Amino acid sequence: MLANERIHATDTLAEADRLMTVCNSCRYCEGLCAVFPAMEMRRSFADGDLNYLANLCHGCGACYHDCQFSPPHEFDVNVPRTLAVARADSYRAFAWPRAFAPLFDRNGLAVSLIAALGVAGFILAFAAWHDRDVLFGTHLDAGAFYALMPHNAMALLFGGVFLYAMVAVGMGLRAFWNDIGEPAATLVAPKPLWQAINDAGRLRYLDGGGVGCMNESDKPDDNRRFYHHCTFYGFMLCFAATCVATLYHYLLGREAPYPIYDLPVLLGTAGGVGLLIGPAGLLAAKLRRERILVDEARLGMDVAFLVMLFLTSLTGLTLLAFRESAAMGLLLAVHLGVVFALFFTMPYGKFVHGLYRFAALVRYAREMARHGDDAAA
Amino acid sequence: MAARENGAESGPRGPYDVLVIGGGNAALCAAISASRDGARVLVLEAAPRFYRGGNTRHTRNMRCAHDTATEILTGPYTEDEFFDDLLRVTGGQTDEELARHMIHESKDMLNWIVEQGVRFQPSLGGTLSLGRTNSFFLGGGRSMLNELYRTAEGLGVEVAYDSEVVALDIDDGTFRAATVRRGDALVRIEARALVAAAGGFEANIDWLKEGWGEVAENFLIRGTPYNRGTVLKMLMAAGVETIGDPTQCHAVAIDARAPKFDGGIITRLDCVVFGIVVNNRCERFYDEGEDIWPKRYAIWGRLVAAQPDQIAYIIFDARSLELFMPSLFPPISGASIAELAGKLGLDAEKLTATVEGFNAAVQPGTFDDKTLDDCRTVGLSPPKTHWARRIETAPFYAYPVRPGITFTYLATRIDREARMRMADGRPARNMFAAGEIMAGNVLGRGYAAGIGMTIGSVFGRIAGREAASNARQ
Repeated sequence: MLANERIHATDTLAEADRLMTVCNSCRYCEGLCAVFPAMEMRRSFADGDLNYLANLCHGCGACYHDCQFSPPHEFDVNVPRTLAVARADSYRAFAWPRAFAPLFDRNGLAVSLIAALGVAGFILAFAAWHDRDVLFGTHLDAGAFYALMPHNAMALLFGGVFLYAMVAVGMGLRAFWNDIGEPAATLVAPKPLWQAINDAGRLRYLDGGGVGCMNESDKPDDNRRFYHHCTFYGFMLCFAATCVATLYHYLLGREAPYPIYDLPVLLGTAGGVGLLIGPAGLLAAKLRRERILVDEARLGMDVAFLVMLFLTSLTGLTLLAFRESAAMGLLLAVHLGVVFALFFTMPYGKFVHGLYRFAALVRYAREMARHGDDAAA
Repeated sequence: MAARENGAESGPRGPYDVLVIGGGNAALCAAISASRDGARVLVLEAAPRFYRGGNTRHTRNMRCAHDTATEILTGPYTEDEFFDDLLRVTGGQTDEELARHMIHESKDMLNWIVEQGVRFQPSLGGTLSLGRTNSFFLGGGRSMLNELYRTAEGLGVEVAYDSEVVALDIDDGTFRAATVRRGDALVRIEARALVAAAGGFEANIDWLKEGWGEVAENFLIRGTPYNRGTVLKMLMAAGVETIGDPTQCHAVAIDARAPKFDGGIITRLDCVVFGIVVNNRCERFYDEGEDIWPKRYAIWGRLVAAQPDQIAYIIFDARSLELFMPSLFPPISGASIAELAGKLGLDAEKLTATVEGFNAAVQPGTFDDKTLDDCRTVGLSPPKTHWARRIETAPFYAYPVRPGITFTYLATRIDREARMRMADGRPARNMFAAGEIMAGNVLGRGYAAGIGMTIGSVFGRIAGREAASNARQ
C-alpha cells in the first residue's frame, strides 16, 4: 500500500499516520469516542497531531472490534495498540529532565528498585536515628508518628519530593502542549477546561461508544471505568486526607495520628479502600486484555503504577490498623518509603497519562467548540 | 474458545427447524426472527469468523421510511418518497408490490433492529446529505454484525464458521438437506426449512465474465471474496426461478490502486463532481456535474466499465483538493497538465487539449458544492452542467479509477413472504431467500445508498418468521 510520504520521528508515528489516513477515509467509528472526530478535523497528520490523538485515546478497544480492516485483513488496522505505543513513546519523549527519560525504558524494574530503596531508606534512617525502644515502642498520643520522624522533617521531605514531582510533570506537560501546537491560552479558557473536567471526571470516552469497553473479546464486558473511578477518586480522597491533616497541623495545631472518626482518617480510609479495589481490578483487566490490543513492551509500566498505588493504600491501611502496636514504627517506615517512591516516580511512569489525556481533552473541547462555530457560520 | 465457536469439536447436528445459509445482515435477521418464533436454527457461514458477515462488514447505514424526525434522523421520509426514489434510481425496474411491501415494513425495522442490539448514531462527517433518509450504525457494519451475532447466540442460534455449502438436496421445490464442507469432511445437515441468504456472485470473476465478457477481469470487488454465488447457482439448478439481468450490479468507480477484493469504503472517491473524468484516450465521456454526488455515485462504475481497458482518470486542480472526503491513496500530482499526463501514462498533448477545451467552455457562475449551482459549460459535448470550474490552478491532481463491484442483482424470484418461486410458477414449499441473493426483485438496476441493508433486514426478518412458521407445519 502507498503510504503518505511524510517524515515522522518514529516508526510508530509513521504507522499511526498510515492508520489515521485509513480511518479518515472510512469514519465509521466517528461515534465511538473523541479520537475520530478529532481526526476528521485534519487531512494530514504531523507528529504533534498524532501525539495528541494518541493521548486522546482511552484504549477502550471498540474500534478494533468494529473495524472491517483489523488483522488478519491486509490493511492491518490496529488503532488501540498503535496509539498505546505512541502514547507511551510520548511519555518518554516529554520526560523532564531529559536525563531521566530512560526510566521509562524498563519502568517496572526502575519503579520497583526505587520503591525498595525508599522503604529500605526509611527503615535504616529510623533505625539509625532512634534506639530500639523508640522504633519498636508503642506510641499512642497525638504526635506519636513524630516520635520517629519530626513533623518538619517529614513535611520538608515529602513537600520537597511532591514539589519536585509537580515541577517535573509540569515541564513534561509543557513539552507535550508545545508539541501538539496548541496556544497556552487554551489551558486556562474556562469552557474547554470545564468540558474536559466533565469528560475526564466521568471517563466519558472509556465506554466503547455506550456499551462498555472491549477487553478480553468483542463482547463488551469490561468494568475498567468502574475500577478507574475507584482508583482516581480513591487517590483524590487520600490526597484530600493529607490536605486536611496539613491544615489541622498548621492551622489548628492538632497533630496526627487522628482519632478513627476524624476527617483525615475517614477520607483516607475511604480513599484507601478505593485504592485497593481500583488498582486490583485494573490490574486484573490489564492481564486479561487481548494481547493484540496491548503494548506488551510497556506492560511493566502499567503494572508498576497500579502496584504502587495498591501498596500505598495497603501500607497506609495496615498502619492505621496496627498504629497502636509495637509494629507501628516499622509500618510507618514502609508506608513512607512507598509514598516517597510513588511521588518520586510519578513523572516517570504511568501517572503522567492522566495529565496528558486531560490536556488532550481540553484541546479537543476547544477544537469541537471552534468547529461547531465554523459549521454554524 | 475458538474451537468451540467454530464448532470444530462436535459440529452442527441436525435436524434443524431452520437452516440459514449465509452470515450477513439478512442471514442474522432471519436467524434471530426464526429463533424468536421458537425454531431451532443453524447458521452456516462459509467464511472464517473474522470475515463473517459478507458485505455487511463494509456497510454503514440503512434506508428506512419514517413519518417524523427522530433522535438520529433529521426529518420525515415517507413511504411514497422512498418509493419515488427507488423508481428513479431503478428506472422503474422494480417489482412494485414487493418494493412497496418492503418500504412499508422498513418503518418498523428502525425499532426491530434496535431491539436486536444494533445501535444507531446521527450522521456526521461526509454523510450529512443522508441525515434525513438513512440511519447510521454506531461503529459501522461490523459493529452491527457483532451485535446481531451476540443476540442470535444469546437466543440459542447455532453458528458454524468455515462451513461452505457444496450441495443442496432439493426435491420438487422442497428443501431436504444441505451438504457442508467442514475441513476435510462433508457433512449432511437436514432441516425443515431453508433461508438462503448467501449473497450475490460478485466475487466470482468467471461468472461475471459470462455476462460482461473479458472486461470483468478489470473489475475490482469492493467487498467479501466469499460471495461466489454457489448457493444461487445450486438453487437455479434445482429449478428456482430467477429475476434480473446478470450484468446488473451496484458498481461505483473506485481508486484503481485498490486491492482486488475487500478494499471496502476507503477506496471510494467523491471528487468526480469537482473535476473532469477522462478515459485513457483523454476523452471525457459523461456529464460529471449531472446531480449531487450521493444521487449519482452509483452510475460511475458502469460508465467506467464501458471505457477502453475499464479505466478512467478524475482530473482536478488545487482549488478542489480539500472539498471532498479523503481516501486511502493520495492523488497523483503534477505541476502542469502535461506533467500529470506523463505520470498517468496518458498523451500529454491530448490531455492538455481536453482540459483547455473544457476550460474554454466554462461559463462564469457562483460555485456552491451544496446545491445544483450555475457553474456550467456551453458548447461542450458531453456538457458539465454544474460545478464546472476551470482546471487552472497548479498543482494538478488525478485519481485513476476502475469499476468497483459491490454486489450483483441476479436473484431468486420471491413473493411477499420471501418464499422462493420455482421456474414452473409454483411457490417453493419450504425455501426462502433474503439479502443480496434476492435483491434483484427490488433493484432491477441502479442503487440508492443504504437500500441493500433495508432489503437484507426486512426480507431477512420476514424469511425467518415464515421459515419458522413453515417448519412447524
